[in-house]
Amino acid sequence: MKIFLLRRALVLLPVMLLVSLFSFALIHMAPGDPAEILLTSPAGGADRAAVEDFRTKMGFDQPLPVQYLRWLGRAIQGDLGYSYMTGQPVCSAILASFESTLRLSLLSMVLSLLASIPLGIWSAMRPGSFPDHIGRWLALLGVSVPNFWLAYLLILMFAIHLKWFPVAGYGNGGDLMHMVLPAIALGAASASVTIRLMRSSMLDVLQQDYIIAARAKGLGGWQVALGHAMKNALIPVATISGLNFGYMLNGSVVVETIFAWPGIGGLVVSSIYQRDYPMIQGVTLFVALLFLSINLLVDLFYAVLNPGIRYERE
Amino acid sequence: MRENNSRRQMLLGFMILSAIALVAFFAGMIAPHEPNQTNLGERLSPPSWQYPFGNDNLGRCILSRIIFAARISLYIGVVVVSLSLLIGVALGSIAGYFGGLLDELIMRFVDAFLAFPSMFLALAVIGLMGPGLSNLILALVVVEWTGYARMVRGEVISLKGKEFLEAARSLGAKDSYILVRHVLPNVLAPVLVMSALGIGFTILAASGLSFLGLGVQPGIPEWGSMLDDGRLYLRVAPHLMIFPGLAITITVLAFNLLGEGLRDELNPRLGSSIHEDAA
Amino acid sequence: MSSANLIEVRGLSKVFVSGLLNRHEVRVLDDVSFDIRRGETLGLVGESGCGKSTLGRSLLRLIEPTSGSITFDGTDITRLGRGELRRMRHRMQMIFQDPESSLNPRMKIGDSVSEPLRLGLCGKMGRKEILERVYELMEVVGLNPEHYGRYPYQLSGGQNQRVVLARILAINPEFIVADEPTASLDVSVQAQILRLMMDLKSAYGLTMLFISHDLEVVRHMSDRIAVMKCGRIEQVYRNEASSSSAPSLHLG
Repeated sequence: MKIFLLRRALVLLPVMLLVSLFSFALIHMAPGDPAEILLTSPAGGADRAAVEDFRTKMGFDQPLPVQYLRWLGRAIQGDLGYSYMTGQPVCSAILASFESTLRLSLLSMVLSLLASIPLGIWSAMRPGSFPDHIGRWLALLGVSVPNFWLAYLLILMFAIHLKWFPVAGYGNGGDLMHMVLPAIALGAASASVTIRLMRSSMLDVLQQDYIIAARAKGLGGWQVALGHAMKNALIPVATISGLNFGYMLNGSVVVETIFAWPGIGGLVVSSIYQRDYPMIQGVTLFVALLFLSINLLVDLFYAVLNPGIRYERE
Repeated sequence: MRENNSRRQMLLGFMILSAIALVAFFAGMIAPHEPNQTNLGERLSPPSWQYPFGNDNLGRCILSRIIFAARISLYIGVVVVSLSLLIGVALGSIAGYFGGLLDELIMRFVDAFLAFPSMFLALAVIGLMGPGLSNLILALVVVEWTGYARMVRGEVISLKGKEFLEAARSLGAKDSYILVRHVLPNVLAPVLVMSALGIGFTILAASGLSFLGLGVQPGIPEWGSMLDDGRLYLRVAPHLMIFPGLAITITVLAFNLLGEGLRDELNPRLGSSIHEDAA
Repeated sequence: MSSANLIEVRGLSKVFVSGLLNRHEVRVLDDVSFDIRRGETLGLVGESGCGKSTLGRSLLRLIEPTSGSITFDGTDITRLGRGELRRMRHRMQMIFQDPESSLNPRMKIGDSVSEPLRLGLCGKMGRKEILERVYELMEVVGLNPEHYGRYPYQLSGGQNQRVVLARILAINPEFIVADEPTASLDVSVQAQILRLMMDLKSAYGLTMLFISHDLEVVRHMSDRIAVMKCGRIEQVYRNEASSSSAPSLHLG
């Protein structure tokens, strides 16, 4: 176990190095000179002297490896530079928007589990039955529907026609009513995956001896399923939910843009529209580290639950 | 029963896809109108006999645009997956087959790419290169090749202990020959499954990026950008959004049906036939 | 000029190292030395896990030995470079325990048999010539022409082992390592395959290392028998009941 942890960390180091290199490269591979882009206002070109001056001040005249090391040093301290557009520190903008994304994703996760676990169990209890078919098709649809289309269907139905929820916006500090529709749009895909996983892991557990023994004691099917089997069947679901949480970041890009939700997905899209390279760079680095941490946590969780598994080099 | 299900699923997916491919191929003959013909008199008109899916904000025939857009979506899906396969299969099989330092090097590279959530990586590439069809394709290849590399590597490693590879080696065959003739044919099945699912994913991602205005540029009919055009008229003319979205969903669903059906079909067969029939 | 020994093994060792952080060493072969004479079958017996298979694979350098030398027909093959080794490989072949996994599951039987010919191991041959040779070999090992287009999973274990033999005959090697070639087969089929191997061996003048955990089978097949235990060869002795004096095999 210790060795597994150590190796996992060792592998992570070169990966993080590459990730940082890639993020660093973003701003230097961008078309045009960073100093010039930075000082060019929509109104007109930049002053030559000012560009030169700024270039020296920002260290853009240094050789790339030096720039990289400096940038890395600052990034480690949480200094990701300043937004070209607002002048705000990139790091604080990211943290603020990430908080909104986190809130939305959490609700999304809860809704997705609330919908998928019962459906998964029901499907497993009666394979081939009507609910099983419904679950199958819902799962297939969930991974096939574009989330941006789903978002608009939800708005059309529940905001415009039924007027149950607001169309979009952050409302009063991101209240629940404003969160429901984006959360559903965001969670549909992960709910689909969970339905199928819950079903198959439930079927697996139901085949095992202790369940058959419990049945033999005369306990009813549902009693055994909910009392004994569900707990174990939830383990893989918990694992995949961790990963789904990471994948929700992908969905947040479109969903947050549509619902004008001030999260990290909306942030990256608006930064791209505005060619705000420090922000794009910062967000990219941030989500990569987040993604790596989530995967690490999921692996640890899995390792703790399955101590018997040997972590040989695959 | 299960086998029947997966076969039916595969067949259904295949039939829908054939229909879509035919429609895309003969778009010029099937579409009732010119896809870019504006007709301001018919602006935002609801579906009618003449325009079965109605007209968009410039009075263009939505049905015709959807039909022509099938071309670009299928094109993007196939091109992106083919390129990703090319890179992924080459690097994955080399990593898996030779192992050691080369494997370590390639896989850390793959891991670094996988560290970025796919949408953000694609956006970063587009942010760098600017929008447009070829940059969209590049962005999606950057995102997708790693999945194939990882999968192929795993498959190759699981083959490595097989004696038929030792037998091929003891013929004095070169590594390149063994890789191409003995290793790759045996990873074909999972690659096929992943490609079918991958095209679906690609179409979904490409339309999402086009929807954000960062993919295919205006002028070319594309499902995602049609949805983008329609978002302002959601209240007055929801048909602008309903039909293109339906087109994406059905196409992606068909690829998922095909892919999942194939997976269920191939997996048990590969496993059982080797052990059962030989006994 | 050529010596009486086709194979001379001296001080062969193999150590497997596992684990990156907690190094773990297992000495599978420990200073093994023996000879195999031309045209002879050396039987190798020992319990499973004693290193027999590793020894067999090391002789063909399918596994890289850690130390020691293996001289094949006067050449120390442990010192050969990749290219040189590749050019020698066809002179020594291996028959594996599981006939099915030793055939490419995605290759038709006929293609598996013809592969060495197509690779030009027996000189340049035309398509028609190759086809004729394949049918000939298939007949030699007792396969029907209709097996040509089948896949390994459509054949029985015994039939697959015949395919393996046909393929090896196509390669026309001087030396064969047979690693438990019949262990995964039914007893009745075992006897057929063993008989076929003996016929082929005398017809083609092959030298063989015959590995098995079954002393009965080894006695039937071998001229001399080496006994292996814990990575070492304990003893080598002349087989009194060698094949010529044992006309039939009591294998049910």
